Amino acid sequence: MKTARQSRLSIETPEGVVFSFELAMPVSRALAWAIDAAAILTACSVVGQVCAAANLFSRDVAAAVTTLLYFVISVVYGILLEWRWRGQTIGKRILGLRVLDIHGMRLQLSQIVLRNLLRLVDALPALYLVGGIACLFSRNAQRLGDLAANTIVARERKPQEPDLDEIAPAKYNSLLAYPHLAARLRSLVTPEAAAIAIQAVTLRDGYDPIARVELFAELAAHFRSLVEFPEQALEGVTDEQYVRSVLRVIYTP
Amino acid sequence: MIIDLPRFVAAERVYWDELALLLARLETSPEARLSLPEIQRLHYLYERSSADLARLDTFSTEPNLRAYLESLVARAYTEIHETRAPVKLRWKSVVLAFPRAFRRHQAAFRLSLGVTLLGCAFGWFALRMDPHVKSVLMPFAGLNSSPAERVAKEESAKTDKLRGEKASFSAELMTHNIHVTVLTLALGMTWGVGTLILLFYNGVILGAVAADYIGAGFGTFLTAWLLPHGSIEIPAILLGGQAGFILAGALIGWGGRTPRTERLRAVGPDLFAIIAGAGVLLVWAGIVEAFVSQYHQPVLPYSLKIAFGACELAALTAFLAWAGRE
Repeated sequence: MKTARQSRLSIETPEGVVFSFELAMPVSRALAWAIDAAAILTACSVVGQVCAAANLFSRDVAAAVTTLLYFVISVVYGILLEWRWRGQTIGKRILGLRVLDIHGMRLQLSQIVLRNLLRLVDALPALYLVGGIACLFSRNAQRLGDLAANTIVARERKPQEPDLDEIAPAKYNSLLAYPHLAARLRSLVTPEAAAIAIQAVTLRDGYDPIARVELFAELAAHFRSLVEFPEQALEGVTDEQYVRSVLRVIYTP
Repeated sequence: MIIDLPRFVAAERVYWDELALLLARLETSPEARLSLPEIQRLHYLYERSSADLARLDTFSTEPNLRAYLESLVARAYTEIHETRAPVKLRWKSVVLAFPRAFRRHQAAFRLSLGVTLLGCAFGWFALRMDPHVKSVLMPFAGLNSSPAERVAKEESAKTDKLRGEKASFSAELMTHNIHVTVLTLALGMTWGVGTLILLFYNGVILGAVAADYIGAGFGTFLTAWLLPHGSIEIPAILLGGQAGFILAGALIGWGGRTPRTERLRAVGPDLFAIIAGAGVLLVWAGIVEAFVSQYHQPVLPYSLKIAFGACELAALTAFLAWAGRE
């Protein structure tokens, strides 16, 4: 196991295949915690109101039940949900986060209990200051509870497909006439370069005309350096049209 | 290199879907056992999907497909390489896990006990040498009054001072004590320093209270007051300290070459068992403290309370020492 960079945790299997998790940063974790805190307060309030409305107990027993329920709900909430939902609470689900074992193994109940109990020390002195600082300085963005339980909080990836009809309308594409070159281009373009091209095409109308011409010339030159298409495929194609054709090649299966 | 991606996806998707179905079955019922042909099939599908993921590296601009395959391979990796048995919540193994975990880490418990006793000695001598420190050491206003006055008041009480409040008082005691015990465990993450300070402070209070009452000649009252709930509550907090020191030991890892993550992984189940056991003990201690400890002679004879506390302590000692021995 190795850490590729601070924002990702990569795991290499014995078969030599590498998969990685995008680590959740303290801000998204704090938001998830705020949602969970609201859920706990709501649950406690509802249960308290139901107890009071039902008038089942004496005032003493009702106070005891409220105290115990608040304590049980606040402790058990995280443990139960992370156990049943495989590492997620309501807040984590909404924000697309998930608790995972640091080695990619199955999350154990003891790990979930430990990371939730250690919130007591992470929450010190107030508002998860200790946990937040630990998150910022630990290699895998772990609070103390995560360090003790060998867990990480990762962001679930939901990559968005670009809107091809918006950025590269389905017109005749001269590059697709050469499938072997198109396949080669698809394999050589990096996700970063593709993302820059998408951004350039999406925002093209807001650019200064000269800057627009220069930007697309630079992008087209980069893509041309990767794969050389025959002259007839590029005849009458401007740099901007070429970049849009490249995007259509990349994202059309 | 894959030339024809659509054909590659069409050919392989059937295997990915089969793997996804098998994984969903395993994840929804972790205790389910696969037959040998099913295990062999799972391994084959995992290796095939891993190979597909490696081949897909040539398609760096296929983030969706790559993310899907990565997640599939990661889930299969978990199921194939996980060596720990899934948790089986059987009451007997759950109950016996607690004393077994306790016995595996007796050195940590002795350290917890030693630090508390050191605190007791400090509290005792501090109060005997300078009675004015009482207001500084005692955490509750009720403990600041004179022992003689309190004993006289308690023994002559005509009404039940906790009438209509026993249940809520008991609930507050339970939650407070469980909070303190879990904090004692959690502070193990400060390399044990926080655990040590908390145990020492608890010991100081206990020692100061003992010095105050025994020095004033009310040793019997003190024993009858504290023993019914203290015989469970104090060991439970010591167990929290034991868990804190186990955690600290795994974090520090003196003398061993095992990586920190492996050391912490090894002690996780024992920490869980000990803290869960301590939590249950503190629920009982909270009930006893509210419903038994606060009543004194003539309502409840001291001998009866002391005998009750001694029986509890003996039962707890026997349980921790012998339950689940093989």
